[in-house]
Amino acid sequence: MYDAWKILVGLAIFLGLFTFAFWMNAGKAAPIPEPKIDTPEIKKMAEAERKCVEDKHFMRTTHMQLLNHLRDQALREGNREYINQEGKKYHISLQNTCMKCHSNKKDFCDKCHNYAGVSPYCWDCHIAPIEQPKGNEL
Amino acid sequence: MSMDRREFIKIAGLSTLFGLGGKGAFELLRPGVLDAAEHGHGAHTQEKPQKPEIRWGMVIDVEKCSEPGVVDKCIKACHSTHNIPDFGNSKNQVKWLWQDDYEHTFAGNENAYMDDHVKELPFLCLCNHCDEPPCVRVCPTKATFRRPDGVVAMDYHRCIGCRFCMAACPYGSRSFNWFDPRDALNEKEYNMEFPTRMRGVVEKCNFCVERLAKNQMPACVEAAPQALAFGNLADPDSNVRQILRKRSSMRRKLELGTKPSVFYLV
Repeated sequence: MYDAWKILVGLAIFLGLFTFAFWMNAGKAAPIPEPKIDTPEIKKMAEAERKCVEDKHFMRTTHMQLLNHLRDQALREGNREYINQEGKKYHISLQNTCMKCHSNKKDFCDKCHNYAGVSPYCWDCHIAPIEQPKGNEL
Repeated sequence: MSMDRREFIKIAGLSTLFGLGGKGAFELLRPGVLDAAEHGHGAHTQEKPQKPEIRWGMVIDVEKCSEPGVVDKCIKACHSTHNIPDFGNSKNQVKWLWQDDYEHTFAGNENAYMDDHVKELPFLCLCNHCDEPPCVRVCPTKATFRRPDGVVAMDYHRCIGCRFCMAACPYGSRSFNWFDPRDALNEKEYNMEFPTRMRGVVEKCNFCVERLAKNQMPACVEAAPQALAFGNLADPDSNVRQILRKRSSMRRKLELGTKPSVFYLV
């Protein structure tokens, strides 16, 4: 092989650059996100009643399907009432029902969505609740 | 493979038979299959209930709209309720509820020597929520659809912005969002209970379905109840039917067969 050392050095530099992202971030796992549910609206609820439309595990894994389903039910079928597993009724509305409790989009929605690298297009149209910048709370 | 003259004429004859026979030949071999493919789905076969219980409609008393401030009040109520941007030019205008004159509202129906008064009346225009909406027929994604109660609704999640519906609508009731509407909206004046739209979708009046769901009147009707009436056209005793029974009314471009549900009293 001609110019063996040149090739080997080139290869080493290439491999180094190619795997840069791996060894740069090695051992630095992003912390598991913990969405916050400490909004004033949620705090107002009695401890026993403090739950979402469905249970926590279901919401965590299936909220995207549920949101899609409720969207179609409200908009296309014109039925804006959701009855959950326990028989409790809710008015279907992202802005007026979901976000009334979860008024902290940055600390709730965005936490996991950023971690998972997904960017749902909800907020292109729907207006996110106004959040006070940190430190300005009473 | 060699082919003699006799063989060639046989094949040519058979081909001609099938070719000329077309659909008939198909029908002979696979009866019913072709018809199913042609009429299986499409706007024409969309089921329409024979006698709907609710059929929303609106009556606009144009004479009363000419009183000062009424039209502006209605338009303002609609625009602030639905977060409608004002780009300040007609090219990018987003129209839900707007004002026009007789000549344009009832184009083609002008009399040669018309009453000057009628010519200058302010006509409130909005989506006519037709019984036979051409916009729904052309929508390739079914983003716009007709609800059983007669409201022609939009599902902005599905709109791909092809603007076929804008071409189809004979009333100019649909507008395209060339820009992000939030650029022209004041953040402090958002109605937090209603979304905005995004760039690249078509929008129009929705007869305030979100308010109807809460048993409220449409925003424009609430703003000027003396000039506008809203109600159930399917119920012979409803407010709108009672008005229409007493007064003669007009509808826009009836000759097109779209069957609009907005009535004008002059």
